Amino acid sequence: MSQLTEIRWHARAGQGAVTAAKLVADTALLQGNYIQAMPEYGPERTGAPLKAYTRVCSEPIEVHNNIQNPDIVIVLDDTLLESTDVCEGMHDDGTLIFNTTKTVEEIRKAAQVPDSMKVAVVDASGIAMDTIKKDMPNTPIVGALAKVTGLFPPELVKERLKITFGKKFSQEMIDANLASVDRAYQEVQE
Amino acid sequence: MAEEKKMFSATGNQMVADAMRQVDPDVMAAYPITPQTTIVEGYDKFVADGRVTTEYVNVESEHSALSACIGASAAGARVATATSSQGLAFMWEELHIAAGMRCPIVMANANRALSAPINIHGDHSDIMGARDTGWIIMFAETAQEAYDNTIVSFKVAEDPDVLLPVLTTLDGFVTTHAMDCCVMEEDQTVKDYVGEYHAKYPLLDTANPVGHGMFATLGDGYMKYKYTQREAIEGALDVIEKHGKEWAEITGRPFDLVDAWGTEDADYIIVVLGSCAGNARFQARQLRAQGKKVGVVRPRVFRPFPAQQIVDACKNAKAIGVIDRSDSFGSAHAPLALEVRSALFSAGVQIPVNDYIAGLGGADITLAQMEQVFTELEQCAAGEAKKSITYLGIDE
Amino acid sequence: MADFNGENYENWKPSDFPEGYVCPEAGTSVNCHTGGWRSERPVWDKEQCSNCMLCWVYCPDSSIMVKDGEMTGIDYEHCKGCGVCVTECKFGALELISEAQAIAEEGE
Repeated sequence: MSQLTEIRWHARAGQGAVTAAKLVADTALLQGNYIQAMPEYGPERTGAPLKAYTRVCSEPIEVHNNIQNPDIVIVLDDTLLESTDVCEGMHDDGTLIFNTTKTVEEIRKAAQVPDSMKVAVVDASGIAMDTIKKDMPNTPIVGALAKVTGLFPPELVKERLKITFGKKFSQEMIDANLASVDRAYQEVQE
Repeated sequence: MAEEKKMFSATGNQMVADAMRQVDPDVMAAYPITPQTTIVEGYDKFVADGRVTTEYVNVESEHSALSACIGASAAGARVATATSSQGLAFMWEELHIAAGMRCPIVMANANRALSAPINIHGDHSDIMGARDTGWIIMFAETAQEAYDNTIVSFKVAEDPDVLLPVLTTLDGFVTTHAMDCCVMEEDQTVKDYVGEYHAKYPLLDTANPVGHGMFATLGDGYMKYKYTQREAIEGALDVIEKHGKEWAEITGRPFDLVDAWGTEDADYIIVVLGSCAGNARFQARQLRAQGKKVGVVRPRVFRPFPAQQIVDACKNAKAIGVIDRSDSFGSAHAPLALEVRSALFSAGVQIPVNDYIAGLGGADITLAQMEQVFTELEQCAAGEAKKSITYLGIDE
Repeated sequence: MADFNGENYENWKPSDFPEGYVCPEAGTSVNCHTGGWRSERPVWDKEQCSNCMLCWVYCPDSSIMVKDGEMTGIDYEHCKGCGVCVTECKFGALELISEAQAIAEEGE
């Protein structure tokens, strides 16, 4: 039986959700999985709400559509809760990971998450400000994802980051990103 | 993982750009348009980085892009380009000229909706506008197929028995921009496969001067000549299969004119083009698990239309549902449905066909829609009447 | 295809057409004797001609014959009788006459 994991990302344009969706896919690819990652494209307007998707499967993936029933939802901006039903279509035993300074209880109430679903919170923006010196919560949130879901070990995320960032960024920037993954892995609360 | 070759992640557009890089055509003239942009952007970078020898011609419009390609092709060059949507529409008169002048140009098209209303997302409205222009048209289901089709396109276009332009198409965003698992052949493998191109009547061969773009208004010369175009594109079907199979032997990846899944014993069959075939197959697998005999048929080549292969795949079904991603306004049936009905009728096969339109302007094509079609096909076979065309996913 | 022969164009079968409707020979328009289309004929008066070459520039059918920078006559095999040379001539060296009249006079 094939193991399919479907992730939906909620973010605002400019927060790096598409990059993160691809980072998760590429990390899972290193494990020998089949992957898909796609944004729900629209006009590119910084700050506009957007969705992106990642599929990870032990078998080749046939479907090519948006994810209707995600196993995991990642919310990169908790102000989206006012306009977006982040739980829409989720499996009853799904997992939600929020970039927020709120507690698990607070965010569960704010997002109206049913009790059957797991909720995790991490201040990914805060971690990013400390490490990367920019509000780019997309890299640290993947560390939190690794911890909460066990989809892959954090070392693999860092290995993939080195490949992706190796050609583009300074060692300092790469180290900051790697540190952000570790911190989110340690600090995420369930 | 069964793949021996290194699997990596790439978008459909990256794969098309890389296929073209491996072929390294002499000339590319192109104009960027969403969602094709990353093909020509990627290719331009290959030119700038010296990874290809291609002369890249910057033009001010798609009309000029294909005009430049036609000129270069007549001159004897191997030529490639890419476009989408309004860009393809703007090329409309050159599409006919390229085919009539038998210019073996390879053009990638990122299948996208046409205005109005303005929409940048995927459907087949643009490419169906090219269906009667004399170009060979292929549809990729995946980024991998977009790569394979692009390489095979050069071999087919330049075959001395074909000498026709080829549109190698992939669905906007769903295939062009989604990151998918892919493998790539070695550069040399691709170069050896496509071989060198030697034009039959190169305009720049000054030792053997020829005339291109001649006049054919008097008498029936035009009509006789058009007959040769019909013969050429009809004959291309066998050539596409031959070169496709050759590529399949090299790569280990299948190449069939028509991809038929579950049709040996299927009572209910969906016929569909491009990226959403996987959705239909996925749903068909679920229904098979419930004991329902369902199948999915996907033409990989649309022009020339593989009518016999469609009939062979569908002839034992009780009902067929054709899903189009474009409409032919004023016609009783959309483009793919017309072809399927025509193929069945001509073969004397009488099977009820339901017409569906889905995914216009990038509307998501869901598994629930696929299930709806299979359910309605069962009802259809049971004699329940259905209205002519159903727009899937909208509350009519 | 066999040896190219534009003369038999009317009788070509589809298989006789080169791919791309290419004309596989250059300069074949010389074989098309457009002089037969003429209803009026330009006539050249060498005495009045100053060899300014304006007629040569304007002639759309390259029918002004020139040798060593001097006009030598009109190529009636290809001249369609459009008369642009007569219009452009500033020296009264070209005159347009009726083709039927010219033929009748030639017959005398």
